[in-house]
Amino acid sequence: MAVEKMSIAKALNESLRHALDTDPKVLIMGEDVGKLGGVFRITDGLQKDFGEDRVIDTPLAESGIVGTAIGLALRGYRPIVEIQFDGFVFPAYDQIVTQLAKMHARALGKIKLPVVVRIPYGGGIGAVEHHSESPEALFAHVAGLKVVSPSNASDAYWMMQQAVQSDDPIIFFEPKRRYWDKGEVDTESIPGPLHRAVTAREGSDLTLVAYGPMVKVCLEAAAAAQEEGKSIEVLDLRSMAPIDFDAVQTSAEKTGRVVVVHEAPVFYGSGAEIAARITERCFYHLEAPVLRVGGYHVPYPPARLEDEYLPGLDRVLDAVDRSLAF
Amino acid sequence: MTVESTAAARKPRRASKRTSAAKKPQSAEPQLVQLLTPEGERVEHPDYSIDLSADELRGLYRDMVLTRRFDAEATALQRQGELGLWASLLGQEAAQIGSGRALRDDDYVFPTYREHGVAWCRGVDPTNLLGMFRGVNHGGWDPNSNNFHLYTIVIGSQTLHATGYAMGVAKDGADSAVIAYFGDGASSQGDVAESFTFSAVYNAPVVFFCQNNQWAISEPTERQTRVPLYQRAQGYGFPGVRVDGNDVLACLAVTRSALERARRGEGPTLVEAFTYRMGAHTTSDDPTKYRADEERAAWEAKDPILRLRTYLEKAGHADEAFFTALDEESETLGKRVREAVRAMPDPDPMALFEHGYADGSSLVDEERAQFAAYQASFADSAKEGK
Repeated sequence: MAVEKMSIAKALNESLRHALDTDPKVLIMGEDVGKLGGVFRITDGLQKDFGEDRVIDTPLAESGIVGTAIGLALRGYRPIVEIQFDGFVFPAYDQIVTQLAKMHARALGKIKLPVVVRIPYGGGIGAVEHHSESPEALFAHVAGLKVVSPSNASDAYWMMQQAVQSDDPIIFFEPKRRYWDKGEVDTESIPGPLHRAVTAREGSDLTLVAYGPMVKVCLEAAAAAQEEGKSIEVLDLRSMAPIDFDAVQTSAEKTGRVVVVHEAPVFYGSGAEIAARITERCFYHLEAPVLRVGGYHVPYPPARLEDEYLPGLDRVLDAVDRSLAF
Repeated sequence: MTVESTAAARKPRRASKRTSAAKKPQSAEPQLVQLLTPEGERVEHPDYSIDLSADELRGLYRDMVLTRRFDAEATALQRQGELGLWASLLGQEAAQIGSGRALRDDDYVFPTYREHGVAWCRGVDPTNLLGMFRGVNHGGWDPNSNNFHLYTIVIGSQTLHATGYAMGVAKDGADSAVIAYFGDGASSQGDVAESFTFSAVYNAPVVFFCQNNQWAISEPTERQTRVPLYQRAQGYGFPGVRVDGNDVLACLAVTRSALERARRGEGPTLVEAFTYRMGAHTTSDDPTKYRADEERAAWEAKDPILRLRTYLEKAGHADEAFFTALDEESETLGKRVREAVRAMPDPDPMALFEHGYADGSSLVDEERAQFAAYQASFADSAKEGK
């Protein structure tokens, strides 16, 4: 296999397969990840091929999953744990924040915690409560964790490879509503660094900064704006912790206008951090205040209201217009 | 599964009624595994036996005495302002030395923040334990040097780490065992319940060693449970046993047996060491607010060190020269600890930015550079001032 078109779900599956195949210390753990292949089938067929000792169905206890993964990592394993849905991660939040994030520093660097926590996140799938949230800022805020999210199949494949190879704990947010979006994956290319942002579309009038599921929305917004003669750049952040502020700054200086887009609530969201950094780094390059488009400060709404809650094409374009009007 | 118990064991007696609103849940105190009575009498037990040489017995005594001396020194150092806090193990020496000396070198320990006696058994230099209480680090020793994990402060979290580690041991096909320490307060934590579930379903080679020291800061064990803690194991499908936690011989025998069971691939065991926290929860605590002096006095009569000394003397296993030499060794240890703590330097300010990440982070790099420049600005102004 070299270049192949596949869905994000398939790319993740192939990447996990590769990780299991190349490193006997890699384990997959989670609820229903075995025979079922996970509720989204991301681990489909892996238990069959690698056995129950390496693709482990766990009891339904998220703190237990992450806590035992920490113990396995201390024994020399490299566990990849699946949290079934974003809203189910909180029973494990204590283990992630209190133990996983801090243990390397606690030991003054003498032990490593190579644990990947996979979390399907975000809305747009018409789900019941707790199945559509975007809690990335809650993890990005915690020193000791790294937080990433791919937006396309190629990144899904390669970022997972890099996450598994990382000696730091990585919270890997998977844009669940994009699982079935297809793209080309070159499994023999050499990827860029994991925590580097990439320009998903070049432009000169304004920069849209996004990651995960919102990159697609931003690309569509940029295409729509193009028809009105506006040249929009789209920066795919890929990593929410650390953030590639150099790339953000370069684009902000180039266009002078920035709109940050994410599904998570705007209040205390990553957009706030990005806006602040841009102001600190390149205030005099700005033609307009940095604007943010995201979720509201309300619990994630019922499915019939999520289209109002989630940033869509029109809300992004509205922010583009407001920025350009300055 | 059967719950191991004993007919020969003695019933511990509480000296005072608790002021707690909860009624005593059990009609009678469960029986304890005991091999050495508070009066220093060797007794036999149908399920647990131990045969130690005089040398080994003196070794256990020495471990307990030196651990208590170290602990007392640390308390004193806190009172002198050299440590910010200390969590004393006073009264729990037998539980810790007995279980700690049951371990093999290749076994792995996941302690709470009070396992100074177990650390001693593992060969961790006692002064290493004091860095976190002085505030120069959060632990910092290499867990893999002595197979002794860092102290875990959040209650019960480490039982899951122990379980995961034990799952790894089993995957490796090794016959090592893992021991997780926790207390009566931690028994209420969800992580402890989850570690029981995980270890049982994966048949992990782990021993859960619960030191029931009767008090979780100010809350008596009755506030944590309506059944004796060791009986919790039954619901998870593995054995539980209550041992006299002030009897070093029984703690050694019971832990050894549980570890051997784990090595044979028979899964986890819960050991409840029934003991007493003679001191405060930490140096910040004031137990006079919540418990009666008579209770402590009753437990003082069951002192773990005194009963072994009585036995050693009666059996002729130790003479006056031994005790005198040990006194001297204790004082030497106290002095060494005192000097080491006082000589412990504050960390370099730039150490703030060390060890956040194994692979580094651009964010930390940026903040480190900013901080270094900020620090350097004072050096510049100091020069200008001259």
